[in-house]
Amino acid sequence: MDRIYEYLQMGGHAAFIWPALGLTATVLILMLVLSLHDLRTGEAVLRRLEATRTPRRARRSPPDSHPEPNYEA
Amino acid sequence: MANLHRFANPNRFLRLSRAILPWSASLTVLLFIVGLYFALFASPADYQQGETVRIMYVHVPSAWIAMLCYSVMAAASATALIWRHPLADITARAAAPIGAGFTLIVLATGSLWGKPMWGTWWVWDARLTSVLILFFLYLGHIALSRAFDDPTRGARAAAVLALVGFVNVPIIKFSVDWWNTLHQPASVSRLAAPAIDPAMLRPLLLMALAFTAYFVTLLLLRIRAELTSRKIRALQLAQASAE
Amino acid sequence: MKPKRRRLYFVLFGMATLGVAAALVLSAFQDNLVFFYSPSDLAERQVEPGRRLRLGGLVEAGSVQRDGSTVHFTVTDLAQTVQVSFTGILPDLFREGQGVVTEGTVQRDGSFLASDVLAKHDETYLPKEVADALKASGQWRDGAENQALEGSEGTAQ
Repeated sequence: MDRIYEYLQMGGHAAFIWPALGLTATVLILMLVLSLHDLRTGEAVLRRLEATRTPRRARRSPPDSHPEPNYEA
Repeated sequence: MANLHRFANPNRFLRLSRAILPWSASLTVLLFIVGLYFALFASPADYQQGETVRIMYVHVPSAWIAMLCYSVMAAASATALIWRHPLADITARAAAPIGAGFTLIVLATGSLWGKPMWGTWWVWDARLTSVLILFFLYLGHIALSRAFDDPTRGARAAAVLALVGFVNVPIIKFSVDWWNTLHQPASVSRLAAPAIDPAMLRPLLLMALAFTAYFVTLLLLRIRAELTSRKIRALQLAQASAE
Repeated sequence: MKPKRRRLYFVLFGMATLGVAAALVLSAFQDNLVFFYSPSDLAERQVEPGRRLRLGGLVEAGSVQRDGSTVHFTVTDLAQTVQVSFTGILPDLFREGQGVVTEGTVQRDGSFLASDVLAKHDETYLPKEVADALKASGQWRDGAENQALEGSEGTAQ
């Protein structure tokens, strides 16, 4: 226990070291989460839009020439 | 040039990014585990700075990535202005928030390091001021490239801003050599051998690699998100004109 | 000329012009961009007493004297020295032989009355045991002194 406590004290600079590391982790994780959220919602909207569009498109061209990439990541 | 255009093709990029992403993502996780182990446990305290040297392991890699990200953004902006590659504007736009995030980390961790070591949270020396300017350049780019509903309209102005702001990158790098600053000069990238003991250089370089892998992963993700939203926009416009 | 080529030259020319302009502006403001003056700069410049400025250099080994809450020490760049007195709390890293930046005013007798003292550390990072071993074997080259020498060469240009 004492050794853990001493480690967490960081030689008396805990008040600077842990906030610095915590803030770095927060920013990195937040950027990742927000970007993933953007990507997922965008892909969902795109799938919906393409689903409503497909019937019209199918009349004009055969389905296997569909140029859009497959969005299953 | 024909080869470059092949990579600039959005569908080709999507296929390429889908091949790279699993690798870069797992590499990020792996490098962070190893890097953090060395940075937090398996490295000694500094003879002068004690344990605060551990702040260096996130502060310095963030600074490197903040400048790398700006260089990527400037290169993409030049490509967009000169060759009008469809992916170039998208790359610059996707990179700006990442750079702003890393610059924020540099400023905040530097401040938390400066207080116990220098005796101050902030000084207006050439290094600190030029990094603050970098942060504002990123914010300006974000605002400018998103100022219009049509993303292509703000892109030209944002690209010019990115290129003009690029003069700041060498200023940041060499500020500590050109002028007297409170900030110390470079420890790793200098002509002589690094002024860091191998026991401390190891966690620093591992963390730098982890940050780089994270940067690549996040940039690819954001470019994909950006491509998706452009497609949505194009579809909506097509539908609106069809109705 | 193809438009692509024209745009390429335009961007290259713009960047080059911008670089030259930035270099000119920065060298014109050289004096304002310097965060502190070294003791040699002060000796060169004949600063009038009472003007606020920052003085930086190394705390000369063996020069620190405490007089109640006031500290007296000598700041050196290994060429010139300045006597400094300061009342207040010193930063953790304030040590003899280490870098320091003080803010205050030059007195009539040429000494410096500091109202703020900041520690400046060098770019050397070593575990304590390694530093001790180097000192014990006589291989220690003081990073801070090297840096101060480089610094004073830099400002002499």
